[in-house]
Amino acid sequence: MHGAPAVLEFALDTHHGSFRLTLATRFTSAWTVIFGHSGAGKSTLLRLLAGLDRAGIGRSGTVRVIHGGRPLTDSAHSIWLPPGRRQTALVAQSPALFPHLSVRANVAYGLAHLDRATCNQRVKEVLELVGAMNLIDRRPPGLSGGEAQRVALARALAPGPKLLLLDEPFSALDGPAADALLDRLQAWVRQNSIQTVMATHEAADAFATGAEVALLQEGRLAALGPAEQVLAQERERIASRLSSGAARISQLP
Amino acid sequence: MDWQAFFLSLRLAGLTTAILLVVAIPLAAMLVLGRGRWLAVLEALAALPLVLPPTVLGFFLLVLLGPRTAFGRAITALLGHPLAFSFSGLVVGSAIYSLPFAVQPIAAGFAAVQPNLVDAARLLGAGSARLVWTLLAPLARRAIVAAAVLTFLHTVGEFGVVLMLGGDIPGATRTLSIVLYNQVENFDYAAANRTAALLLGMSVLALIAIYSSNARSARRA
Repeated sequence: MHGAPAVLEFALDTHHGSFRLTLATRFTSAWTVIFGHSGAGKSTLLRLLAGLDRAGIGRSGTVRVIHGGRPLTDSAHSIWLPPGRRQTALVAQSPALFPHLSVRANVAYGLAHLDRATCNQRVKEVLELVGAMNLIDRRPPGLSGGEAQRVALARALAPGPKLLLLDEPFSALDGPAADALLDRLQAWVRQNSIQTVMATHEAADAFATGAEVALLQEGRLAALGPAEQVLAQERERIASRLSSGAARISQLP
Repeated sequence: MDWQAFFLSLRLAGLTTAILLVVAIPLAAMLVLGRGRWLAVLEALAALPLVLPPTVLGFFLLVLLGPRTAFGRAITALLGHPLAFSFSGLVVGSAIYSLPFAVQPIAAGFAAVQPNLVDAARLLGAGSARLVWTLLAPLARRAIVAAAVLTFLHTVGEFGVVLMLGGDIPGATRTLSIVLYNQVENFDYAAANRTAALLLGMSVLALIAIYSSNARSARRA
């Protein structure tokens, strides 16, 4: 299943209220991290890539999204594939599990076209990947925030997307649990040739995945490249905070 | 007590409710999920019977379904009898008259479903029909029950449309509210009291049932 990573190419110019999102770039790496502070436009960008918010584009906006050579959105040519036909998965910060369905039925929701046996096998496979097999018969209202995020990730992976968009998907998991899940997820997407774009405001996440980093500032792409390069300033800021904190601790009586 | 009229009213209300649920669920979904300017027109049309005097609606339907219009003549030729002054005609009139009472609660229920759930279902490939069937309707089931009860009661209590469109034919178009009117006209206040009390009791009981089930599920949530 190994193959050259697909290329995600997009050009956007849209207004959302007073906020303007303008960027045009190509993500060629298999795993790209969009780093930006809250309000930088990360979620808006991911939603546009996923084909949501079609109405929000408006008449003045232009959006073009091409993944693996396949046009997903091209507002100039009135092309807009519905979200469910883009082979694109989006896992948002809020897990948005269907509250009236069991975890099993939630994960199987995107597998309506498969026969029962294949569907069951697929559900188990992705639940095992995210470490939520024990939750299979539970209902979402009884899950913790972290459990719900694991299930939401499994639900998004089940249909076998080609493009995986993650919007701070592990915010409710504690550090070690999030790291372990991220490791397993990275191995999985590599194995299944899924291109991944993860939005985060945690510099640590950006470094941990060793990926290409796109720095988003106020709706514009400020830089794109290896984490050490793009986030040098950010790393310095964190390092200085850590050392000043350490200095303060050492001065304690 | 005019039991024939009582059961006719129940039959009319039951049929109207069944028809309106079939019509109102997709219509409400269109109003909530749709985009575009024509939606405002659709919404206005769906709400129109709410503000229109029932006699006006009844009059228009009477003319439309009668022999004066091509539509009325076509219907008469198709059915072999005119739709006006018949039970089927009453069902058509009631369905139009009670439409807002079915559409509005359901639309409000659909609109209350969190948008991120709708997004998630769409991302997983759900089309509009599947979205309504597997997500909106189950999550808004209390609104649907409320819409059914309101539609039923509103149809039982309607008077203007029934009188205009149906006349007062025992066994075909004489409903309980018409019986009440006749009883008052004949100064039979004792009988009118019983009829009115029955209509009042039905409404109060049904509303208490809705509100208590709402309160129960609100406490559970």
